[in-house]
Amino acid sequence: MTDNPNEINPGEIEPGESPRVPRRVIGTPPPRGGDSLLGPDAGARPRGDGNGAAAAHDAHPADEPVAVGEIKYPDPQSARKGERRASLLFLVTFLAGIGFVASYVIFQVGSVERTATSNLALGGSLAVALLSMAAGMVVWARQIMPKYTLVQQRHPMASSPEVREDVAKTFIEGANESGFLRHKMLRRTLLLASAPLGLLPLVLLKDLGPLPGTSLRHTVWKKGLRLMVEGTRQPIRAADFNSPGGILSVVPEGHEDDLNALAKATLILIKFRPEDLKPGVNLNWTHDSIVAYSKICTHVGCPAALYEQTTHHILCPCHQSTFDAADGAKVIFGPAARPLPQLPIGVDNEGYLIAQSDFNVPVGPSFWERGDAEAEARGQA
Amino acid sequence: MNSITARRRHPLARYAVLLLALSLLGGVYALLMPGGDRADAAIASGKADDVAAGKELFAAHCASCHGLNAEGSYAPGGASGPSLIGVGAAAVDFQVSSGRMPFANPGPQAPRKRPPEWVNPETVKQLAAYVQSLGGGPTKPSLEAVDPAKGDPAKGGELFRANCIQCHNFVGAGGALTYGKYAPSLEPATPTQIYEAMATGPQAMPVFNDSTITPEQKRDMIAYIVGVRHEPNPGGNGLGRIGPVTEGLVAWVGGLSLLIIAAIWITAKKRQVNHD
Repeated sequence: MTDNPNEINPGEIEPGESPRVPRRVIGTPPPRGGDSLLGPDAGARPRGDGNGAAAAHDAHPADEPVAVGEIKYPDPQSARKGERRASLLFLVTFLAGIGFVASYVIFQVGSVERTATSNLALGGSLAVALLSMAAGMVVWARQIMPKYTLVQQRHPMASSPEVREDVAKTFIEGANESGFLRHKMLRRTLLLASAPLGLLPLVLLKDLGPLPGTSLRHTVWKKGLRLMVEGTRQPIRAADFNSPGGILSVVPEGHEDDLNALAKATLILIKFRPEDLKPGVNLNWTHDSIVAYSKICTHVGCPAALYEQTTHHILCPCHQSTFDAADGAKVIFGPAARPLPQLPIGVDNEGYLIAQSDFNVPVGPSFWERGDAEAEARGQA
Repeated sequence: MNSITARRRHPLARYAVLLLALSLLGGVYALLMPGGDRADAAIASGKADDVAAGKELFAAHCASCHGLNAEGSYAPGGASGPSLIGVGAAAVDFQVSSGRMPFANPGPQAPRKRPPEWVNPETVKQLAAYVQSLGGGPTKPSLEAVDPAKGDPAKGGELFRANCIQCHNFVGAGGALTYGKYAPSLEPATPTQIYEAMATGPQAMPVFNDSTITPEQKRDMIAYIVGVRHEPNPGGNGLGRIGPVTEGLVAWVGGLSLLIIAAIWITAKKRQVNHD
């Protein structure tokens, strides 16, 4: 910075330095006679008091930027105020930068809490540093630099006809010299060589497969597989699950950690009062008023398990599809198109709940080849 | 003997005598009838006066909806309530101590509120004893059974994530249900109330009985629920800890507004003031 930021006078340059390359401070107008955004003779204008910039307009080629109207410098008093503000912000940046280094040294990581403190200190100091540097620059530009409007006319984008003709001629010359047209074998082997390269991406499409086949129609549930409580991994005795209004999240035995299997096979198990059950529930698939439904919402597959024991509503948290658990989990609200599939359950000879079979319809959201699986299932029955 | 003589005219003396007599009677009865039901057990343990006092409280504060004998009532559009036979002392303790009952404005949700003046631990105990005497049910857990320090928060967290977060959110902040109901925040609930809620299934909440989720597992879950309350918020403010929706909203609305204001400030033309 100089003491007099409004003027860089070429006369003041130090001896030994070339007068053609004057010391230039960013953000100040260019020196007299130098290359200027304002055009070759912009430096000839009176400076600081701003007048007559538009007068030079006609002397320029159309595509040179031209200043229109007055060039206004802020009055020295407000410029000094702006300088103080910007400098203060730069000082803040300086201190915050030091603070960043200091916090890196002071706040060591190790535990979650200490890492959180360290992150806060490092991120906070860096944010303050960068923000105040940016703010300082904006203050500098707005309160110290001169204000004027520059106009630059558009010029034609295309090259001149001579240049274009020349390029075309060079291209034809090059093509002829390469012998691309004369040497047939060369041309054909080159084309042959590029063909596999062009087809390479098509091969990679195979990684999108393999096709799912019938895997979307089946889950791991099969006859005799025990129902296990999610979380405790214990089988469930039907006699223990005896409080009407109870609900459990259930996974198949032996697949408690198999997320691919659980994505389709997870159940909710609900205990009803016998008089609450409505015709939608297949009673042959229940045991002692315990009903098992797929937990996977038939809309887009979120886990639907918000169960209200008073209304028997199962709510899916993603899009508010609501199912009536007492009536075969039929849809009573929301975007889901089908009821939650019911799993046939029973008990083994030790009294633990087991599956009687797989679901008889595909669980979860629709897919392209699903078709009317319910109708198919009814046809088989 | 002097101390008894001095206090025999004390207003509580007759209750003490009654209590003593009932204890004796109940004790003898219990000895003779080992297969007695819960109401007899209440008499035997000297809770008969609790039951009697509870019956009076019930008649005064609960019977208008739940019926004079807690049989429940249904009046469309009016005061109606379910039968309380078999709900147990735990349900009474939960509902009354959290202020949900007596229900002020019948509606889809029974919100937690400041209990009325007559509610204190003693009256709640009496009311609970009365309801317990009607048909049994889950009882109030001991303080040791709900001590978060004795639970395993890691195991409890797994169970909480499997059974509770769908409604109550992963840190117990609560969430919306259907038709105006909502799952409340677990923040103000005491460990005892959390236990009782699991055991009794208040309002729309399902029941998690002791044979499927054991008392030890319930205590683990209480340890998790109480533990996450003290977790620090890495961002400085948890924004209600209800997940990415609020955080995204604040980031988009707050952050973008700041950026737009900054962009406007940077590019705004300064008003030209003539200083000449």
